[in-house]
Formats: sequence, structure tokens, C-alpha cells
Amino acid sequence: MVLHWLSEACLLAGSFLLLTGALGFLRFPDIYARIHACGVTETLATSLILVALLLKSEAALPQVKLLFILLFLMFSGPTASHALAKAAWQGGVRPRATRDAGERPASPAGR
Amino acid sequence: MELLVDIALLSMLVATAVSLILVRGLVASIMLTSIYGLLSASFFVTMDAVDVAFTEAAVGAGVSPLLLLMTVALVGRVEQQPRKRHIAFPLLLVTVTGVLLIVGTLDMPPFGSADAPALQHVAPRYLQQSGEEIGIPNVVTSVLASYRAYDTLGEVLVIFTAGIAVILVLMLPGRRGSVPDDAGRQRPRNVVVNVVSKILIPFMLLFALYVQFHGEYGPGGGFQAGVIFASGIILYGLLYGLPSVCRVIPPPVVEALAALGVLLYALTGVLALLDGRPFLDYSVLATDPVTAQYLGITAIELGVGVTVASVIITIFYAFAAHLSEAQR
Amino acid sequence: MLTLTVVVILAVMLAGLARAFFARNVYDRVLAANLFGTKTVLLIAAISYLFGSPDFLDIAVVYALINYISVIGVLRVTEMRVIAQQEDKG
Repeated sequence: MVLHWLSEACLLAGSFLLLTGALGFLRFPDIYARIHACGVTETLATSLILVALLLKSEAALPQVKLLFILLFLMFSGPTASHALAKAAWQGGVRPRATRDAGERPASPAGR
Repeated sequence: MELLVDIALLSMLVATAVSLILVRGLVASIMLTSIYGLLSASFFVTMDAVDVAFTEAAVGAGVSPLLLLMTVALVGRVEQQPRKRHIAFPLLLVTVTGVLLIVGTLDMPPFGSADAPALQHVAPRYLQQSGEEIGIPNVVTSVLASYRAYDTLGEVLVIFTAGIAVILVLMLPGRRGSVPDDAGRQRPRNVVVNVVSKILIPFMLLFALYVQFHGEYGPGGGFQAGVIFASGIILYGLLYGLPSVCRVIPPPVVEALAALGVLLYALTGVLALLDGRPFLDYSVLATDPVTAQYLGITAIELGVGVTVASVIITIFYAFAAHLSEAQR
Repeated sequence: MLTLTVVVILAVMLAGLARAFFARNVYDRVLAANLFGTKTVLLIAAISYLFGSPDFLDIAVVYALINYISVIGVLRVTEMRVIAQQEDKG
């Protein structure tokens, strides 16, 4: 019973975080802010939802698989965000703030 | 709820398809293709076609966008504006084909109806008898690898032929089978990505082996395992460069393995011929029919997996060799 | 609650799709595709519990693997192109 409510709470928190992440992803002004919005919320929200599902399951094999997904996403999510930000920087996309300060993008980042 | 998920997924699928047509940049199209693959695989999941979803996930969302992207990296990323002159005839053609297809769907039985032709002919037998005859829980695997093993052999041969065709078309002259020698060439390395991927790649390969040898019990099998295995190798190649991955698995070995997988498959069938039974009759492998089926299915799934993995790695090698040639 | 989560995931996927279509540059699209991929993993995991068929989890695992590979692959290839362009200029 406790597990059930714990899992429901995790689901609710995870869904809320997902929504905030999506909002930031849609509304934030430049790519770095968007990566921030997605990457940060996504890791926590994913973990919460997967933990909630973990609490819901009884059999061993699904639990192992969920744990595997959880660990994998915890490694790969932040890495992907990092790689993306780094690639965008190397590709010449500059954050809004420095652009306003007078610096133009170094090279067109490609349409 | 199932209906809501279906409707949401299908409308997103249509939206993706329309935006695929509208978008002009080729990289954008490839990203949308990848999303399309993800979406259609989710749709297959909701329709309970788990093995198909597996393949679509590995191929449609994973490997094929990567290969397309490497092509775009070779040829340039902006699609030419179509010429406006001959718009009437293609439009007519597309409209007529579309109308014919829609008319065709009107004759199809509704989804899941019991008197659909697909459920009439041999399907009841497969569904009812496969538990006793083959003895493995996943009916899809028993159909693919035992009842219809001959058809699957044909599919593996198609994949093998595709690999040969790619080698013929793309292999650089005078470089066949040799390891590219630009090992000293420095790329900007991304330490975080390299280290994390180094940790994750063994788990990918392990999961591929799980899919390979668990295909009798859950979704998956040789095709999916081969693609996942190859994706792990491709990731290594992308991060550490073609020379390093060629040292891990030299191109001649991969090409030999591609042929070896097909051979393993076909030889399993020939064993039955030698005993005077029909081609691919597994009962020659053991006295107990269920054990024989199990052995035969494991053998041919292994052949499929080896061939698929090798062919995809070969295709990656061919593309990557061209890319590093173009970068000189 | 699981139903709510599935609805939220679908809505977020829609947002990702919209962003992928209206994106300004490659990285935006890669980000959108990455978001879409992670949400697909979650969607399939959640659906497997909603419909009660744990076999679906295998697909979710594949997605988690494939999504990472494709993001890294895309970035590596665009990086190659950036390098090639810079070498053309310099």
C-alpha cells in the first residue's frame, strides 16, 4: 500500500517535471537554455517515472530491465546534453546574452 | 485509453510525414525520418506487434538515419529546388495511386477481426500447434525460424546481397580490405562522450547477445540482435575513428563473417538433405523433436545475427572510408 | 495516475515534434529528436504497465540504446562536416 502511494507520487512528480521541461523547451530563447531545460528536468523526470514503474512491478525480469533502462538513461542523458551543447558551440552557435553584447555568431550554424 | 494512445500516435505520424515533405534541409529530413521511425515503432507496440516494433526501433530509428546522415555528409545538405515544369503528371500519378490504395483498404477486414484472410489459412495451425511442435513460447520466432525457415533464408540472402552490392559500389579502388592508414590524424576529441560510451558499449553488446539468445522466449531474434550489435560497433567507430574500429574488427573478417552466417544457415538445412529429409528439416539434429527444433532455431538465428551484423558493419565501413577520404 | 503520465508524455512528444519542425538549426532538431526518443522510452515503459504486457520493456531498452547512439552519431557527423567546412575556408 505504501509502495503504491509512493509510486503514484513519483508518477505525479515525474509528469509535472516533464511538463515544465517541455515548457522550457518550447519557450526558452536559445539552444543552450533549451538544452538546460530539457536535460536537467529530463533526467530527474525519467528516473522518477521509471522508479515508479519499478515499484509497481512484482516479477524480477521487468525490474531488472527497468533498472537497466534507468542506469543507461542516467548515463546517456547528461552525456547527450553535454555533447549537444559542445557541438553547438563548436558549430558556431552563440548564446543570446553574448550576441546582444555585440558579438556576432562566428559562423552560420547552418540552416 | 488504448484508443487515445493510438489516435495521438497516428496523428503525430501524419504530422511528421507532412512536415517531412515540407522541410527542405536534408539533415532536417533525416531527423524527422528518425522521429517517424520512433513513432511507427511505438504504434507497432500498441498493436502488440512486438517483434516488428523491435526491428523498426533498431533499423528505422537507429541505423538507417545514421547511414543517411553519412550520405548527406558526403553529398551536401540542401535539397535542390524542384523544377516547376512537370508538376501535373506526378500529381496525377500520386493522386490516382493514393485513391487506389484507399479504395483497397475498404475491402480489408477490420483490425483484429477473426475472419481476416491472414488468420484463416495456416495461422490457426501455427498458433495452436507450435507449442507442441516447436516448444518455444514466441510464436513469431517459431514461424520465422522453423515453419517458414526457407523464406527467412531468402531474406538473409537479400541482406547478404545488399552488403555485396554496397561493397561493389562504394569500395574505394585499390583499398579493398586494407585498413585506412590515417591513424595519426587528430580529431577534436570529446573526453566525456568517449569515456561514457566506453562504459556503455559493452552493455549494448551484452544486450544484443541477450536479444539473440532470448528470441525464443521474448521479442527479438537474429535480425534485431545483429542490428544492435552493429550499432554498438558503429558507435565505437564514430567516436574513435575508422582506423581504431578496423583494428578491432578488420574489414576482411567482417566480410568473411557475412558469408559465414549465410553458410551456417544453409548448412543447417543441408544436414537434413544428407539424411534424406526435406531441406531445413531440423528433426535430423536430435532424436527428440522439440530439442531438435530448439537446436535448429538457435543455429539459424545465430547465422542470421552474424550476417546482419556483418553486413551493417560493412556498409558503415564503406561509408566511413568515403567520409575520411572526402575530408582529406 | 499512470494514465495521466501517458497523456503528459504524449503532450511532451507533440511539443518535441513541433520544435523539430520549426527549428532554426541542426542542433535544435537533434535536441528535439533526443527529447522525442527519451519520451518514447518512457511511453513504451508506461504503456507496458498500462496494458499489462512486460514484453514491451525490451523495446524500451532498445530505444534507450538506439537513441543515445543516434544522437552521438548525428553530432559526430555534423562535427565532421564543420571540420571539413573550416578546412575549406582556412
